[in-house]
Amino acid sequence: MSGTESVAFDTPRRERRADNFAMWVFIGSEAMLFGAIFLVFLVAHIDFGPAFAAASKHLSLPLGTFNTAVLITSSFTMASAHRLALHRRWRATIWALAATTALGACFLVVKGIEYGKEISEGLAPLLGLPFRYAGPDPVHAEFFFGLYFTMTSLHALHLIGGIVVIAGMIALWRTASPANRLRRVVAVGLYWHFVDIIWVFMFPVLYLINR
Amino acid sequence: MNFGVPFFPQEASSEAGHVDALFYTLLVFSAVLGLTLTGLVVGYAVKYRVGSKADRTGQRSRTMWLEMSWTAASLIIAFIFFGWGAVLFVRRDHPPADALEITGLGKQWMWEFRQPGGQREINELHVPVGKPVVVSLASQDVIHSFYVPAFRIKQDAVPGRTTHIWFIATEPGRYHLFCAQYCGTQHSEMGGWVTAMAPEQYAAWLNSQGEGETLAASGEKLFRALGCSGCHGASSKVRAPSLEGIFGRPVALDNQQTVIADERYLRDSILNPKKEIAAGYEPVMPSFEGLIDEGELQMLLAYLKSLSPQPIAGAKP
Amino acid sequence: MSHAAMPGTYLAEGSGPRAWLLTTDHKRVAWLYLASLTAFFFLGGAMAVLMRIELATPAGDLVSDDTYNRLFSLHGIIMVWFFLVPSIPATLGNFLLPLMIGARDLAFPRLNLASWYVFIFGSLFALFAVVAGGVDTGWTFYTPLSTLYANGFVSTAAFGVFIVGFSTIMTGINFIVTVHTLRAPGLTWFRLPIFVWTLYATSLVMVLATPVLAASLILIVLERVFGIGIFNPDLGGDPLLFQHLFWFYSHPAVYIMILPGMGVVSEVLPCFSRRPLFGYKAVAMSSMAIAVFGFLVWGHHMFVSGQSAYAGVVFSFLSFCVAIPSAIKVFNWSLTLRKGEISFEAPMLYALFFLGLFTFGGLAGLFLAALAVDVHVHDTYFVIAHFHYIMVGGMVTAYMAGLHFWWPKMTGRLYSETSARIAATVTFVGFNLTFFPQYVLGFNGMPRRYHTYPPEFQFWNVLSSAGAVVLAIGYLMPLFYLIWSLFRGARAPDNPWNATGLEWQTSSPPPPHNFETMPVVTRPAYAYDMKGLEHERFSPHREEAAQ
Repeated sequence: MSGTESVAFDTPRRERRADNFAMWVFIGSEAMLFGAIFLVFLVAHIDFGPAFAAASKHLSLPLGTFNTAVLITSSFTMASAHRLALHRRWRATIWALAATTALGACFLVVKGIEYGKEISEGLAPLLGLPFRYAGPDPVHAEFFFGLYFTMTSLHALHLIGGIVVIAGMIALWRTASPANRLRRVVAVGLYWHFVDIIWVFMFPVLYLINR
Repeated sequence: MNFGVPFFPQEASSEAGHVDALFYTLLVFSAVLGLTLTGLVVGYAVKYRVGSKADRTGQRSRTMWLEMSWTAASLIIAFIFFGWGAVLFVRRDHPPADALEITGLGKQWMWEFRQPGGQREINELHVPVGKPVVVSLASQDVIHSFYVPAFRIKQDAVPGRTTHIWFIATEPGRYHLFCAQYCGTQHSEMGGWVTAMAPEQYAAWLNSQGEGETLAASGEKLFRALGCSGCHGASSKVRAPSLEGIFGRPVALDNQQTVIADERYLRDSILNPKKEIAAGYEPVMPSFEGLIDEGELQMLLAYLKSLSPQPIAGAKP
Repeated sequence: MSHAAMPGTYLAEGSGPRAWLLTTDHKRVAWLYLASLTAFFFLGGAMAVLMRIELATPAGDLVSDDTYNRLFSLHGIIMVWFFLVPSIPATLGNFLLPLMIGARDLAFPRLNLASWYVFIFGSLFALFAVVAGGVDTGWTFYTPLSTLYANGFVSTAAFGVFIVGFSTIMTGINFIVTVHTLRAPGLTWFRLPIFVWTLYATSLVMVLATPVLAASLILIVLERVFGIGIFNPDLGGDPLLFQHLFWFYSHPAVYIMILPGMGVVSEVLPCFSRRPLFGYKAVAMSSMAIAVFGFLVWGHHMFVSGQSAYAGVVFSFLSFCVAIPSAIKVFNWSLTLRKGEISFEAPMLYALFFLGLFTFGGLAGLFLAALAVDVHVHDTYFVIAHFHYIMVGGMVTAYMAGLHFWWPKMTGRLYSETSARIAATVTFVGFNLTFFPQYVLGFNGMPRRYHTYPPEFQFWNVLSSAGAVVLAIGYLMPLFYLIWSLFRGARAPDNPWNATGLEWQTSSPPPPHNFETMPVVTRPAYAYDMKGLEHERFSPHREEAAQ
């Protein structure tokens, strides 16, 4: 068929529109996933507000803030990749994509450092590690950290997924037609922005409550 | 008459008749509607079978008003059944004030009951006929469900909270008690019998069981044994609030909020004392999480409730 | 299959395992699904038969209590996630959606194939859990039983279900995008066949509800493996929270399981009545209404769980509301027959049986939505009977109707009409014999998931067990005559039922890209009353008799 990836479409333009739409539907689905977990957090926060507020003070605000900045920057590089791809400046597009993955990886490294710090402080209720917590209401603080690790690791998994997909895209860059390159940049860009937005919600909810 | 084959369950509680009235009304409605539709479909299928001489000419009647009217009719009927069921249901939350309070504890795989006079029973529950009974339910491990079909009542026992169910038995007899919520290997064996007896026989039965210790009395002993009385006792008001008459009263917390000291609050204060701290006290109380089991917790709660002038049976959080 | 004999069709495009396992043709992917789902259906069915044999006597004499608990847990897990949820969408839907809207394929053919592989990957986990020792939590995975007390392979099974969820989401996205972007010229939304509408509504529910199930399963596995206590009261969690999350998915999932069945029946009834579907728009819109309302009623599974009574009242109200669109559909289907010219080929028989069983299952739903009655019959056999009437009597019967209706299109072959009519009738009788007694059992108070039961319930249990054997025969029969037809069946014409859908405008079986010339649509769906169509019909049964 005329330059489309799927036999179902007759023009690349219609296919790109379908791709775009599919990505939005997928994002709707992902939003329900995170929404459910946010809702659990919200309900728990209503029940155990003071315990959660106290526990959240044990998270590292500087590292969290730094990571937020990193991700927002990566959204910016992703958006540039989109613009550059529209103008068919492919070399520059690759560089923007590479910068995006590098920033994503940087986020993960910082997150790893943060996890390490929390585990060494005994704040990780995982795998039967001892939970040492000095503040009030340790039971519900433990609940908070349980949710914290669930939410942030789920987000990190999504970020890893994004990095793998972009890396794959760069690897297959030479063999892809211009239309396919653009399609992929647009689709993965939408996903990347979504994952960033999730973090933008997660950061204040986890780090900034009742600061 | 029925050759030992059950068609209808016995009605043996004050609620059973009400529930059955709704059930049978629904049954008649469903039968009429279901059979009418079946008749309609079979009738059409026969009348308009291929090759039949039935008249197929003429417009089919305007569909709009027909569709509107059956939608409206369905809505009205649905709302009637909704309202009827809801009114009966909300009653579950309001046990009579003079109810006999029995504690029930579910654990894998048995029910343990404690009469108000302290008599303990396993998988057997004796209740007087004609008197309201509240069973406050807790669970040691997983979710269980207290189900007496003849009384048309059911309530889950959920770990970490206390739930309530009440009934008035109307017919003396022995009735099945089931666990209705799947709870593991011997789920189907978890149950026994509820025996409803005339009040005088019930009294006699209680006597024959010996003067057990009331739940509150056991709770009081536990209260001392665990050292609670050291701080909460009448003589040492300095370090901890007195618990005299606390149940059902508002408590001021150190974060300027006020909560009612219900079962949920008392339970949390024992297991997790740092969660809500009474205003003016240091958070020095240790948690009893893991030190006492659900049965002992029920005793302590019964004791604390007994310190209040009028126990409010089955007050809900 | 002797496809070499059908040149130019999708079946002739290569026959080795590679040609099938690496295909991106939606019609072949449908066959991959059909084969795997059939295997799961009979696996889950065999478990049900074992359970029914055990329940023929009050004592637990055939299998141990642990075995029995594993049987019903796996029966539920397999039937819900590995058969019912994908059943019609992934097989008939996959095959027919592009054909019905005049497209060459689904929007994302490779995603479609990937969804099957993900399904198989997930099902390997479930099968591993079966072989390794089973799961004993029930298909509902209630906490804290599933997190702290169960000793089966809960994490493995939960992970399998989690993976299969992705396959569901992939199919959902694919269908939604396909319906939006690939309709043939002239095929406006209100000219779509109802089957397409219901697949669309189903896909919306799949895409929006499955992630919530994923979230709750993630939390369960984290709790079992990592010890995070979201649902554990000792760690500050709440066991009821799990029920909220689980039913927020699982109630809409019920509509995933029934909506496509409603769609199939909406195709079959007009075709064999030679009448347009009565109240087309109402049926289309009620499908969407069901999909939306389905998200608002999860709490009606928790009336006696300890959630607040007022929440119970609200959920009961909404549950009655969701009954209305279903009622509307039943009225519309019934009136479709009026002034028709009705013949009773096997698909029509199945569709009529669907109508009856769905009605009697749906009416039982009123009892369960009525709060005070639900308190009595909740978690008893009444509930079992109710949802088997909808899921098996409704969905599986509709699935059989659809399979028989489109079999000539899918294979280019005709099955034995007489065998099919016998099978449909045996299924109907067996079904009622199995499940009607369970209504009585439930009303009399027999709780579900019981390995042993008091002796007075035996009469109804024996009836039910006897029915299960009949039902099993009814489901095994099509397996034989349908497979037989693949090799020996007579060649099917392109439009054996003289139906109106676009899928009948192409050859049987269709060519690789569905249409030789892309169709243009000028008529509404179900234009059976249009000139030139109303009296034509082809009856394989009469042909058979003539031979």
